[in-house]
Amino acid sequence: MADLSVDLCGIRLDNPVIPASGTFGYGYEFADYYDIDCLGTFSFKGTTRQPRFGNPQPRIAECTGGMLNAVGLQNPGVDRVISEELPRLAKVFHKPVMANVSGFSVEDYAYTCRKLDEQPQVGWLEVNISCPNVHGGGMIFGTDPDAASSVVRAVKAVTAKPVIVKLTPNVTDIVAMARACEAAGADGISLINTLQAMRIDLRTRRPLLANITGGLSGPAVFPVALRMVYQVSRAVRIPVVGMGGVSSAEDVIEMMLAGASAVEVGAANLADPFACRDIIAALPGTMEKYGIQDLRDIIGGAHG
Amino acid sequence: MEQGIFTVIENAPIAPGTYRMVLACDTPPVTAPGQFVNIRLPGLFLRRPISVCDAEGDRLTLLYKTVGRGTEQMAAMEPGQTLEMLTGLGNGFTLADGGKTPLLVGGGVGAAPLYLLAKKLVAGGARPHVALGFNRADEVFYTERFAALGADVTVATADGSVGVKGLVTDAMAELSYSYVYACGPEAMLRAVWERTEGDGQFSFEARMGCGFGACMGCTRETVNGPRRVCRDGPVFRKEEILWRT
Repeated sequence: MADLSVDLCGIRLDNPVIPASGTFGYGYEFADYYDIDCLGTFSFKGTTRQPRFGNPQPRIAECTGGMLNAVGLQNPGVDRVISEELPRLAKVFHKPVMANVSGFSVEDYAYTCRKLDEQPQVGWLEVNISCPNVHGGGMIFGTDPDAASSVVRAVKAVTAKPVIVKLTPNVTDIVAMARACEAAGADGISLINTLQAMRIDLRTRRPLLANITGGLSGPAVFPVALRMVYQVSRAVRIPVVGMGGVSSAEDVIEMMLAGASAVEVGAANLADPFACRDIIAALPGTMEKYGIQDLRDIIGGAHG
Repeated sequence: MEQGIFTVIENAPIAPGTYRMVLACDTPPVTAPGQFVNIRLPGLFLRRPISVCDAEGDRLTLLYKTVGRGTEQMAAMEPGQTLEMLTGLGNGFTLADGGKTPLLVGGGVGAAPLYLLAKKLVAGGARPHVALGFNRADEVFYTERFAALGADVTVATADGSVGVKGLVTDAMAELSYSYVYACGPEAMLRAVWERTEGDGQFSFEARMGCGFGACMGCTRETVNGPRRVCRDGPVFRKEEILWRT
């Protein structure tokens, strides 16, 4: 019997498959479609200190092999996430959840993380310093190692839960960013967030997204993500959660060979609501095909 | 929401650039008129949301306009080919509020979901009046089918080539009605909304990511806060709608 379980920062996952933030809402709605307890865990919608409507329409565009989004961190704010969303989730999901947090200042991050730290449902804090679609925040913290360090230190000071820092690929040196986060006390790194991108409408000759630019995700970005996961996991000692275009059990295994301890699945959930369920179901057969008994054995297997 | 494989039975134009596709299915694809299906097409990453025109037994009818790669790909499909789709998406129209003489207002291909709505309203004992707006006479479709259901039908064309000359709201002025149901482009919905004195329900279009409530790609602001067109809509009640200025 294949062993799909992995460890993520001291918490056991039944399998490495984690729906990525922004593609799975607060989870409970997917429970209408399948039993979400089959997941390793999931990362809930990026949550901020204050409620946010997000960006104007249109927010979504398509491209070959993927999509662009400029949702802009729409969320009801941390207080309502705690009072409304998490209680709904508790009825249908019985595992620790990953809380995804975004902010516009170091204080914002600390405030939101402190509140979520008090929630027993939350297993990990995934600190998003990489949203490409909000102005004056988000990705700013993810492109400067010193700014990233200050966020990580502030968050670590207010929580005992594992802190996973989600990195943007929109940097010249991803390894330097990861090392800065590790040195500041991060318990894990997740990558990649979306790649900054755009489309133009030929009829109107204007950018298709109201925000002009958006974040590219989907199968088109998988090789880029894989390369960054490989580089980062070789450079840090803390676990790496790989994501970016993963849409099959083969992709999960490839990501783990590159160095991922667990794997997030994003855009695939939007094209197919059953994507994560089906990837998990396909993992044992795919492991058998490639002679894998225990997924933990293959983490970083390609490092040589 | 259900997932199913559907077989194309018929697929032909009913007006320039507007197609009617009839599919065979195993499961009932809707629970209410005004719902939509989300279609996976080969080579395209995102699905294409299309509202349901009719669902009867094991037959599903969709009307769609060719506006881009997805709908052009659909237009090229032949009987016997199959489509994977998610069905029963969104909250449809609520029938109970319509009264005895509801007015159904459609603009262009927005007429599509009004067909199943009219059918259900007639079955419930109402006498709907259907007002449809088009640009020109050759773009008009489905008027005989609406009439065959037992609905009164008024057509407006922008160039006056058939029916009332002007917008569908110009046709509304002559009519009395108990309630309004509307589906069409946002500018039409807004004009109808501004002209509607009683209550009503309005079905919106949106550029969607997932179509089932996960991505927040199609959110619009409402009186009750941000709402997803795909999951909380596409039908919204008149009093909850906010318009972008």
